[in-house]
Amino acid sequence: MPLAYYIGLSAVMFILGIMGVLLRRNALVVFMSLELIFNSANLLFITFASYYQLLAGQIMVFFVMTVAAAEVAVGLALMVEIFRTKNTINIDQMSQMKG
Amino acid sequence: MTINDLNTILPLVVLAGWSVVVLLADLWIPKDRKGWTAALSAVGLVVVLGLTLARGGTVQKAFFGTVLVDGFALYLDIIFLVGGLAGIALAYDYLKRMELERGEYYPLLLIAISGMMLMTYANDLIIVFLALELLSLPLYIMAGFARFNLQSEEAALKYFLLGSFASGLVLYGVALLFGASGHTDLPGLVNTMRAGTGNQALFLFGAALLLVGFSFKTGIVPFHMWMPDVYQGAPSPATAFMSVGAKAAGFAALMRVFVTVFPSLSDDLTPILWALAAITMVVGNVLAISQKNIKRLLAYSSIAQSGYLLMAFVPYANAEVSSDSIAAMLFYLLAYTLTTFGAWAVIIQMEQQERRGLEVADYAGLGKRHPWLGLAMTIFMLSFTGVPLTLGFWGKFYLFSTAVEGGFVGLALIGLLTSVVSAFYYLRVVVVMYMQPGDPPVKQNRWVNLTALLAAAVVVGLAFIPGSVLDLALQAVLQLQ
Repeated sequence: MPLAYYIGLSAVMFILGIMGVLLRRNALVVFMSLELIFNSANLLFITFASYYQLLAGQIMVFFVMTVAAAEVAVGLALMVEIFRTKNTINIDQMSQMKG
Repeated sequence: MTINDLNTILPLVVLAGWSVVVLLADLWIPKDRKGWTAALSAVGLVVVLGLTLARGGTVQKAFFGTVLVDGFALYLDIIFLVGGLAGIALAYDYLKRMELERGEYYPLLLIAISGMMLMTYANDLIIVFLALELLSLPLYIMAGFARFNLQSEEAALKYFLLGSFASGLVLYGVALLFGASGHTDLPGLVNTMRAGTGNQALFLFGAALLLVGFSFKTGIVPFHMWMPDVYQGAPSPATAFMSVGAKAAGFAALMRVFVTVFPSLSDDLTPILWALAAITMVVGNVLAISQKNIKRLLAYSSIAQSGYLLMAFVPYANAEVSSDSIAAMLFYLLAYTLTTFGAWAVIIQMEQQERRGLEVADYAGLGKRHPWLGLAMTIFMLSFTGVPLTLGFWGKFYLFSTAVEGGFVGLALIGLLTSVVSAFYYLRVVVVMYMQPGDPPVKQNRWVNLTALLAAAVVVGLAFIPGSVLDLALQAVLQLQ
């Protein structure tokens, strides 16, 4: 398959991720959209790694996956915590602070 | 990886290792003795500061050129390490008073600092991304450290979602740059740019995404929405630490990447940077005027300061001016760091249980009842405004003069006018402190006091020898290229 297909798929995933972050109101869904952005970047890395025949791109993907796992740990912990005090993780209702 | 590689980044290795040791040691420290954890962390920071100073600014590469240690890294590392010490001094009494005393706070702070230091060493975009995450993840947790306080939890979640979004954009930018050139290392990217062999469209997209991602991190308008909420909601010592650390690290990455790699894209990027700097200065300063909560006020002030810092970037591609303007930016970062920690030290002493004592009106009478604290706060407000005889004045003076030198007179004028606007809200705090009657309850603590008074003394003291400080910054920059 030509290179453009992979880049196109990655771009579509990236844009879907950005729209998810900007439009969805459930913090968990926003977080899934963030993961989509990370994975779209991963796809791009792998695509170019095979195009240039370079290992650097593939190694980067491993780093990104590790970092994403660490992020999941922190993010889910925060969401559980906020759900306990507030009983919702809708980000529209997070308006304690104004000004 | 050889022993030489590890030796080159020895301060970072020691710091990262020590943070894990402290995290483990904290398990055996009883609940009412958490001062030990703070002391252990502070000792670690002092040792690392010593190692950093001992190594000096000689240029060294390690790990196949992905890590580069130079004078630029040295200058910023000193800021981060001293900032970390101030962060511990501010946190210790506060956490105890607010019943948040848990030992993790200090190791998290150490991990965040190792991320910041790694950011200054980064000579490869992979390292930039890893350092960005290493410094961000502990800061998310620190923002939510006041558990069961809804404001703090909200702040943490907002910071986490927008911070990860920014990281995602940076990552996609790195992927595009890798696609454009087949390189993630900065020297490789520079060579591809010089030879003009890479894909220009991908280069431009990648650079723009990096810029947007770091704009989120440093709070540049229009990517600043999260800052006021996070600054207000996070526990005050965490806010103080992140407002210096995250911002300085973000600018460090921007500096390293843009000045070395993207000079040839300046036709496209310079107008954008110009506009971003101008809007940030205007929006930050204007929105700060109507703020009643002091933490929110300082959040908008911090946005405005990002605008001033970004001003130094606008002439980044002009080789004659860029080293001067980046030295001016490093100088300003120092002034900003000292002033910010000082101001937050006063705020922390004023803050009471359940987030009372945080309105500007609560500062009534502080100048008369606690003359030293009042004087210190006055100095910090004047330094933020840029009034002569403070370090902030020289910072703005150098920034504006390099902007004029680079041919951006309009931008310097906007900076000057917005500084005048900023005087309105900074001086309002001073007026409330001295002119209105009141008896604010102040929780004195020697470490916090020491931070406030030391910062005030240095802000005034260094203002008499700005030339030698600027020389240090200039040396730091010369080794960047």
